[in-house]
Amino acid sequence: MFNLHGKDVVSILDFNRELIEDVFNAAYIMEKYARGVGLNLLKGKIMATLFFEPSTRTRLSFESAMYRLGGSVIGFTSAEASSVAKGETLSDTIKTVENYCDCIVLRHPAEGAAKLAAELANVPVINAGSGAQEHPTQALLDIYTIKRELGRVDGLEIGIVGDLKYGRTVHSLVYALSLFNVNLSFVSPPGLRLRDEIEEDLRRKGIEFKYYEDIEKIIPNLDVIYVVRIQKERFPDPAEYLRVKGSYKITSSLISKAKSNCIILHPLPRVDEISLDVDSRPQAKYFIQTYYGLCMRMGLLSMILANKEDLKQLFYSSK
Amino acid sequence: MTNSSELKVKKIMNGTVIDHIPSGRALDILKMVKITGREGNVVLIAMNVESRKLGRKDIIKIENRYLLKDELNLIALIAPNATINIVKNYDVIEKVKVELPEKFEGILKCQNPSCITNYERESLSSKFLVEDKVKLTLRCFYCDRLMLISDILKQLT
Repeated sequence: MFNLHGKDVVSILDFNRELIEDVFNAAYIMEKYARGVGLNLLKGKIMATLFFEPSTRTRLSFESAMYRLGGSVIGFTSAEASSVAKGETLSDTIKTVENYCDCIVLRHPAEGAAKLAAELANVPVINAGSGAQEHPTQALLDIYTIKRELGRVDGLEIGIVGDLKYGRTVHSLVYALSLFNVNLSFVSPPGLRLRDEIEEDLRRKGIEFKYYEDIEKIIPNLDVIYVVRIQKERFPDPAEYLRVKGSYKITSSLISKAKSNCIILHPLPRVDEISLDVDSRPQAKYFIQTYYGLCMRMGLLSMILANKEDLKQLFYSSK
Repeated sequence: MTNSSELKVKKIMNGTVIDHIPSGRALDILKMVKITGREGNVVLIAMNVESRKLGRKDIIKIENRYLLKDELNLIALIAPNATINIVKNYDVIEKVKVELPEKFEGILKCQNPSCITNYERESLSSKFLVEDKVKLTLRCFYCDRLMLISDILKQLT
């Protein structure tokens, strides 16, 4: 329960299975408070959201989580709205903002930005997306959704479909799932497969995985279909993007071939990789996933920022 | 004591002898430590000489030049079994084995253009952790991107 007190959340690689389960327990307790009057657990605490890239769900759910816990929020939503537009560095921004808050939630286009911020700041830094590198809290909420919707994570057949190369949510999710006993299948165009270092890490951990180019072949076996959009903004060459654009699509007729109790997840936003008619299918869980994200972020923030005695009391009274 | 392979190139009076270099890597090492020959010092190179340890090896002898710690770390990357002999008045006064450090700071450039260390305005030194001592692979501390020995050689030679 106190393993994250005052700590940074920079990479999912810093988590072990036990710590992930602790976050899930906290998230479960928070479900009661995520809709309604909330709590006063973080009263007097200030969270700074520094978003150098666009965001809807991550920023708003972090902010909503902080308000639901009784805390306050400051921040900016684009580099243009801060002194970065005048030429200020990330390092100077962090060294300034840390004086105004109790924790920093950072989204930045550079890979390694959160690691640098965590090195510099004296307050906890939470990585809300570092370029194409990682998005650890998304992985936590993805797996929490699986656990809540299917009752377990171990033993599941999980298919990850889409841009595995530039999708930061995929990178964090794959690392997090490597702590569970799951079977992983990857479906992507050949040019968008996992990066070498991630494949290398999975092999070293003894995780088995297979690549497919066509989801139809494996869809009847899957318990979880995790879909990501092609990350247009990360492609160094626009021609490369045009070659793979629209190369996969989850449609209602495709879902007819899937298990009736499988779940479809997506970190959102979607572009055209899941057709709108899938939304009414019972397997579509990508909107409830955003709610679980709020609960998970409430749990995470309270583990990092709450007074230990208050947290202990809340946890025991919720048992 | 000198062995027969060392005798193939003459002794130096003062300077450094780099021994037990994997065969064919001597020129890469000279490039890495930026010895071009135009400095005016005597540089003797023996390539593919017999070695009990390595089968074949390269040897470099450089007069009036001593290596810095950073240079020794770089040599360790491509010649992890190399020994460095410091010579004064034709005698070896110090013998050290190169050792691969746990991390490299500021020497190499991360190849990932999106890495925070490549954001010029941040003026941040690169930092690499040694990922695999056998395959000689490094991992960027900030962005996690791997750097293979072939990438390192491309950058340093």
